[in-house]
Amino acid sequence: MRPGRLLRGTLVYALLLALAVVHVAPVAFMVVGSLKPDARVLADMGGAAAFWPRQPSLANYADVLARVDFGRFLANSAVITGGVVGLGLLVNGLAGYALARLRWRGRDWVLAAVLALLILPLEAIVVPLFYEVSLLGWRDTYTVQIVPFVANAFFVYLFYVFFLGLPRELEEAARMDGAGTLGTFFRVVAPNAKPAFATVAVLGFLFQWGQYLWPLMVTSGERVRPLPVAIAAFRTLPPLQWGDILAFGVMMVAPVVAVFLVFQRWFVRGVAASGVKG
Amino acid sequence: MPWPGSWKRALDREAVAGWLLAAPAVALLLAFVAAPFALALGLSVTDLRLGSPLPVHWAGLAQYAAILDDPGFRRALLNNAVFAAVVVPAQTLLALALALLLDRPLRGMAVLRTLFFLPVVFPMALVAVVWTLLYAPGPDGPVNAALASLTLGAWTPVDFLHDPDWALPALMVLSVWQGVGFQMVILLAALQGVPAHLHEAARLDGAGPVRRFLHVTLPQLRNPLIFVALVTTILAFRLFDQVQIMTRGGPLDATTTVMYEAVTAVFERQQVARGAAMTVVFFAVVLAITVLQRRLVRERREIE
Repeated sequence: MRPGRLLRGTLVYALLLALAVVHVAPVAFMVVGSLKPDARVLADMGGAAAFWPRQPSLANYADVLARVDFGRFLANSAVITGGVVGLGLLVNGLAGYALARLRWRGRDWVLAAVLALLILPLEAIVVPLFYEVSLLGWRDTYTVQIVPFVANAFFVYLFYVFFLGLPRELEEAARMDGAGTLGTFFRVVAPNAKPAFATVAVLGFLFQWGQYLWPLMVTSGERVRPLPVAIAAFRTLPPLQWGDILAFGVMMVAPVVAVFLVFQRWFVRGVAASGVKG
Repeated sequence: MPWPGSWKRALDREAVAGWLLAAPAVALLLAFVAAPFALALGLSVTDLRLGSPLPVHWAGLAQYAAILDDPGFRRALLNNAVFAAVVVPAQTLLALALALLLDRPLRGMAVLRTLFFLPVVFPMALVAVVWTLLYAPGPDGPVNAALASLTLGAWTPVDFLHDPDWALPALMVLSVWQGVGFQMVILLAALQGVPAHLHEAARLDGAGPVRRFLHVTLPQLRNPLIFVALVTTILAFRLFDQVQIMTRGGPLDATTTVMYEAVTAVFERQQVARGAAMTVVFFAVVLAITVLQRRLVRERREIE
């Protein structure tokens, strides 16, 4: 290796490492703080000791579990996110397929409508949607947190673009073998569209898991409250104990980080695809 | 599959099958996206308040006149615009810098990419709670302490979240921290899509790294950069979670936003019509930004 190139490589490493240390510091602060007694969190936080637990203990974690029903919040988040993502894959996938491959009256209108709805963020309709679900009597349920978000114009569009690019020969072969529309979709099309399903699953998960505004509006008790609203409520639950709050945070992200690390390749591809298609 | 015979045959006729497959998505989008949007427009020209015994009246554009005249809402629009004006360039440039640094076949790049992406999987509510402690006032507040050691003690501790001058910048920093990894991954994918032969040809023509970046890399990144900037701008106008958790719009409206004003109008004052009008204004802003982005992308395609 030429000396110039070696030097440049070293500089790039040094710069990236410095940036990474700063970037990860808040996460490290949260994890380390969660292992300390409350008084130490506050006493240590002004110096390097903030990143070093002297006598790590899981007492804060036990405290969280004793103070609130953490398992319920986690289950709520899992049910809601799983429901939205799972039903969404089916509903949006079928619609994308119908738009890309089947000929039917009104298809062009539906496609135009989907494209128009692409740019409508939840925030733009949140007030009337709240009014609508109140009239339906849906407040404080799983339904109100799942059903309105199953169909998603962006995901229909992603599926549509993907199915357009899929070779037709596969479906024609299945048709020749006598498979119907649904049979063709589930046995031939879907197995060849794994990247599209993975992309939509990852993006759906990222959008849904962190939702705060909507559950804040439509839930009032703890019964169907998801994690983001739960941690905001936990911070204001007296007595104020930062060690417990940080432990709640770690428990809340640990499963997501685990999922992310295992499926990292798909996360990266999914996010990248959201940009390419936009 | 247990379909009754006639159903199965109907489903196999494309004209019917197309409708049936699209129907669930179409029905749900109509009921929970299109209808609420129409309702937003409809509600915004009434004087509806939840729980009010008075009959609802047509109010014309009175709600719009009222909110545009309201100093709180005007401050919210300004805050969103300032937030976007700072965060969009800062976050996009930082994401671009990270992507350029990471786009080389050195060991450990995948691990570093993972670290920069990590906060993206953190819910904003959690980020807001943790950063509330990081922004603690006094010399022992972690951010204050870090700034003090960076400036060799010249930093005077600030109460970030209760100081009208610092509250909005404080929210900007944590938003960039949480979001930059998302943009970085998009730009990194675009960089890796730049054909190697273009770089090779430029190098043979004697172009140095700076000229190669300006004339080879940057044109290829144009559309992804516009997309990333668009998404960040829209996110800047959606700003809510951080505000609701960390500052409640304060101090002195320094961090209030359009969405925060809309939600408090509905929930603290039951003013559904007023809140609806605010979200319609929000949508008009988003629409304008999107149209601008489509223009920019299309112009480029026409040139090519």
